[in-house]
Amino acid sequence: MATTTRQPTPRRDRRTSKRPKLAVWKFASCDGCQLSLLDCEDELLDVAEAVQIAYFPEATRAVVSGPYDLSLVEGSITTPHDAERIQQIRRSSKRLITIGACATAGGIQALRNTRNVAELASIVYARPDYLDVLERSTPIRAHVTVEAELRGCPVDKGMLLEVVAAVLHDRKPRIPLTSVCSECKQRGTVCVAVAHGTPCLGPVTQAGCGALCPAYARGCFGCFGPYGSANTAALADHLREQGLPAAQVERMFATYNAAAPAFEAEAARQRAEAAEVSS
Amino acid sequence: MTRARTLDVPVLARVEGEGAMHVRIRDGKVDDVRLRIYEPPRFFEGFLRGREAAEAPDITARICGICPVAYQTAACNAVEAARGVTVSDAIRAMRRLLYCGEWIESHALHIYLLHAPDFLGYPDALSMAADHRDLVQQGLRLKKTGNDVMELAGGRAIHPVNVKVGGFFRFPTPQEMARVRAILDQAADDAEATLRAVAALELPEAQMAYHFIALDPGTGEYPLEDGRVVLSGDGVREPDRFALELFDERIVELHVEHSNALHARLHGVGSYVVGPLARWALLGDRMTGRAAALAAELDVARPMLNPFASIVVRALEVVYAVEEAQRLIDEWPADPGPSDVDVPVGAGLGYGASEAPRGLLVHRYRLDDDGLIADARIVPPTSQNQAQIEDDLRTFVQDHLDLDDAELTRQCEVAIRNYDPCISCATHFLRLHVDRD
Repeated sequence: MATTTRQPTPRRDRRTSKRPKLAVWKFASCDGCQLSLLDCEDELLDVAEAVQIAYFPEATRAVVSGPYDLSLVEGSITTPHDAERIQQIRRSSKRLITIGACATAGGIQALRNTRNVAELASIVYARPDYLDVLERSTPIRAHVTVEAELRGCPVDKGMLLEVVAAVLHDRKPRIPLTSVCSECKQRGTVCVAVAHGTPCLGPVTQAGCGALCPAYARGCFGCFGPYGSANTAALADHLREQGLPAAQVERMFATYNAAAPAFEAEAARQRAEAAEVSS
Repeated sequence: MTRARTLDVPVLARVEGEGAMHVRIRDGKVDDVRLRIYEPPRFFEGFLRGREAAEAPDITARICGICPVAYQTAACNAVEAARGVTVSDAIRAMRRLLYCGEWIESHALHIYLLHAPDFLGYPDALSMAADHRDLVQQGLRLKKTGNDVMELAGGRAIHPVNVKVGGFFRFPTPQEMARVRAILDQAADDAEATLRAVAALELPEAQMAYHFIALDPGTGEYPLEDGRVVLSGDGVREPDRFALELFDERIVELHVEHSNALHARLHGVGSYVVGPLARWALLGDRMTGRAAALAAELDVARPMLNPFASIVVRALEVVYAVEEAQRLIDEWPADPGPSDVDVPVGAGLGYGASEAPRGLLVHRYRLDDDGLIADARIVPPTSQNQAQIEDDLRTFVQDHLDLDDAELTRQCEVAIRNYDPCISCATHFLRLHVDRD
């Protein structure tokens, strides 16, 4: 007679609310990094079965209350209201991972940090006095503890899946810590800086994109931000020796990761030199 | 006695960016409609000043992760116009191919993940997949093909890296083109199946009187990546035509007290519509091949005046964009010439436009003698549609006061999603009052 004993299922029951709760939050940003999650077309339905999508307004009307096992946070803090909101999110999140250049380095809107915000606002807005904004655009880390940070403008979707998988399996995510140069070597791309003299931020930029730009005959523009031991001064000096004016080198460092400390410092140094030249 | 009802949606779901809706009804009359935008401002037009013209495509792409190609392309068009440069036919074809990818991706995202769940009765596409797995997978496959086309021409789907003022850093290789061409056959079938599926949906009824605005590319083609003439009309009578350079004169921005936002208004007309409904109304006769045949077979009304049926026109545009991508690859020349033209550094004033998935996007740059941006103005589609979205809500609510609050609120959300509003785009230009009462 056949046994009636059921085999215990090795996997979590995917239909119960025991699945880890995932929340996706947005601050000042372009939406591109959370779109990266929806861009995982081949994996999206599996991800939605492995986790409970508890808060993700861009994708669903349904809202499940916290606490959340994993919060993915896109965007930077630019308003007093958002500075309070991130504290609430931190309190309701077991793990909090920032996704993209805005959340990890303040994003392109951090270009305000070296300018007068009132003046910027008056260029764009008829009534700047209506706005309630902070002087600086700051990364999430400047406000709360974060468990991991994903670089990139936008993030790489493979890395995004890796981070979610790592959290689900309670292990450390594998995030590359080398420079873009190492990815060019892996990819077999001829160095655009050495072979063609193309200005390239690859030597000081964190890997993770797969060295995309040099594969398109273009210098890296640093959208993954500075890597750990980046020698930005040496690279900037080299670019200047090649004939680039200080103002242009400043602009190269002042883009999507303008407020990342290594890039911010180098841009400031170049700005000072440009001011000296023009005075 | 005054009887008041209010409908509030504090966080609009399944739209790109952060917005809220507030409707107030008093004594059976809608007396206040607000589409509130609380997405924080990012000041793009401010910090573009002093940047090199060549940086405009990459910087403005960061306004919107959903339609970066629209921003990159309009920025290139504007800077090239400022410097009096025209690009080769091959460069133009590659831009159109890249743009087809964005239409396919963005429209598939909206049709399947944002809008269809409304009509099939689900909170989202992921729960919809439990009952309609094949349908959702078809949508994801189509969306992925859009991304594949963008990666082919642009190197990356979100914020492409291959676009530059004057053209591209390099053209894709024939091998890269062949790989994507093979995928497009499946996409053509998926796009047709999508159109048939959405055309069969039971959609809410509504008939609006719209004024449409769309870009005429001047090539006899359906509008997409470029154009110097703006068409303006109701889709029935012959449209008014004006040069893109007159956009600032024709489009006035009014301060509307109830929302503390400046809404774009067409001089002498008022609110107007850009996007799929406008392109279809004004230039639908430019549809070709399978798209034209299916539109006839399924009897897609032109002009389409039911905003809830925008999903049908969006699906029709996906059929067109897939077929156009196939054609552009099939007709790609063996020797396309250089992938970019030289754009000399210097002064100038230039307008550039393109048809973003959500509608007309206009950039204007004034460049100084060093080629730095002295002044920038960007008018995205959602800020143009905002006034009409509120008009639609007012009409819709007035006509459906018999519905209970929950259902009326839900249907208002659907009415907003008809426009696929991209609040991330709109925010930075909406001269708005961030109101958090």
